[in-house]
Amino acid sequence: MTTVDEVRTPTAQQPAPAPGRSRATRPNWRLRFRRDWPLLLMVAPVIVLLLLFHYLPTLGNVIAFQDYSPYVGIRGSEFVGLANFQRMFSEGAFWSALTNTLTITAFQLVFFFPIPILLALLLNSVLSVRVRTFIQGVVYLPHFFSWVLVVSLFQQMIGGAGLLAQSLRSNGFQAVDLMTNPDSFILLVTAQAVWKDAGWGMIVFLAALSTINPALYEAAAADGANRWRRMWHITLPGLRPVIVLLLILRLGDALTVGFEQFILQRNAVGAGAAEVLDTYVYFEGLLVGDFGYGAAAGLFKGLVGLVLVLAANKFAHLVGEQGVYSRS
Amino acid sequence: MSSQAVKPPAGLLPRRRHPERPIWEEEPTLLGRLGKPVVLALVFLVIAFPLYVVVVTSLSSTEAVTRAGGLVVVPRELTLAAYVQLLSGGVVTRALVISTVITLVGTAFSLLITVLAAYGLSRPGSLWHRPLLFVVLLTFLFGPGIIPSYLLVNSLGLIDSYASLILPTAISAFNLIVMRAFFMGIPGELIDSARIDGAGEFAVLTRIVMPLSKAVVAVVGLFYAVGYWNAFFNAMLYLNDNTKWPLQLVLRTYIVQAQVLPSGAGGVTSTPALGLAPAPSLAIKMAIVVLAVIPVLLVYPFIQKHFTKGVIIGAVKG
Repeated sequence: MTTVDEVRTPTAQQPAPAPGRSRATRPNWRLRFRRDWPLLLMVAPVIVLLLLFHYLPTLGNVIAFQDYSPYVGIRGSEFVGLANFQRMFSEGAFWSALTNTLTITAFQLVFFFPIPILLALLLNSVLSVRVRTFIQGVVYLPHFFSWVLVVSLFQQMIGGAGLLAQSLRSNGFQAVDLMTNPDSFILLVTAQAVWKDAGWGMIVFLAALSTINPALYEAAAADGANRWRRMWHITLPGLRPVIVLLLILRLGDALTVGFEQFILQRNAVGAGAAEVLDTYVYFEGLLVGDFGYGAAAGLFKGLVGLVLVLAANKFAHLVGEQGVYSRS
Repeated sequence: MSSQAVKPPAGLLPRRRHPERPIWEEEPTLLGRLGKPVVLALVFLVIAFPLYVVVVTSLSSTEAVTRAGGLVVVPRELTLAAYVQLLSGGVVTRALVISTVITLVGTAFSLLITVLAAYGLSRPGSLWHRPLLFVVLLTFLFGPGIIPSYLLVNSLGLIDSYASLILPTAISAFNLIVMRAFFMGIPGELIDSARIDGAGEFAVLTRIVMPLSKAVVAVVGLFYAVGYWNAFFNAMLYLNDNTKWPLQLVLRTYIVQAQVLPSGAGGVTSTPALGLAPAPSLAIKMAIVVLAVIPVLLVYPFIQKHFTKGVIIGAVKG
């Protein structure tokens, strides 16, 4: 046992092999298996679950190319090539869902994305540790609420029977229902997203801020840089890798705008404004029962998302940032 | 407000430097000194006020709710009637039990396999750890999609079973990576010395690594627990039988869709039907909302202090 162990972890008693030893001098896999089988056993449940519930259904996307019938299954269903996709691209409802999705993503990129950064800058400048911890505790909290709960709370505050309408009515004004208005829906979902997740989004920026060496600020101040100059030349460059990383992740998710949030409000607002790709897949595929067609729409979404992540990451490398994964 | 800006109460103006303020840093401008507290107070109110209103309304008597014309802002005539009614059996009690059990079982299961796998993948130079890690990481890039996932769960015969709420979402690659990064930060010398003393991998994990990793286990556990407690999408997809509904589905039906819970569905009729057949009173509705929040609020304060540590390790080293 110990001899095998020492193969991996050369201790002081045993001289370490030269760094960069070649593959040939590595202990053979039999030996390593005898040493590492408990580790493999530990990883096994997760791998099995991922293969079963992630990779297997990914293969199941093959029904996007079939005229799938649940009665005969994947093996019995007829292949129809790209017919599902052709139909998809000729359907107005699909384009409407795609447009809605992209509009909402773009809107949130402009009006949601900067808020956690600003919040983090603001909170970082608060000197009192107690105030800082308290505010952090409060703003993280909504992230842990379910979408059902967030939508419920918004409904109770600004919905037709909510507090806003109630106080407007009792003061002789006309009541408004912001929860069912398709025109302001994009504002509503962004406000919900900000309420729920802006505080939580702040956490990575705070972390990045805490890694900036304070001596840089002192040196800059000694050189006569005022607070804005210091923010521009020290704080923002310090945040840049995180900002780029999160932008990439956001772009990769451009076609994902929160399934639960939209499925919950689709009926109240109407499909015209609230239909996004995910809800479209759900309704066309599962509720209408057109599985092959729904899978085609879902596959389209997944593939475009994949291309977007890879492209955005490539772009990050081009501008000299590390991105999500490095090229190593 | 502006008069305050000119003449603040004594004791605020005398420019005492904040003990934390570095010597080279300028004093904040007037805007900074007034703007910051205002913005922070607004942020606090925006988050806390809706919760406050919901709690107060849930604790109000029917008359108080009627007099207020809906939601109650100023608490008067507080009563626990709504909670007593909800917890004395019926749809909400059952949903609470279901959600609680799923959360406990699911979290325990997820934590177990995540800890094991994170440790298994964290030992440098172990056999096949690269390809296995790749299998985990690849799941970030591409989701299987709603339809194929549904068909799989269906063909496994998991529709209408509670396993469908646990197994498909049991493993979060993100949580696994966070935990693995934490384990990799544990000094290798510690693990080596345990090995020299004759400890196997399981002993190393339980006796050395776990006691050092309470923070990350707490945070990841909270993430999993919250995920199970809030599970709505899977429940909506996989549970056709509304007597098996967890709390979030009840919440949607009662509050968001403002429907009366489907009666005649299994145990519903046998209960006193909550005594609110036409439409549940607002106090009761708000009590359901509060019941959905309470577990999160209970666990949160204990875990919050670990957030920064746990999350940042994942972000920096992941």
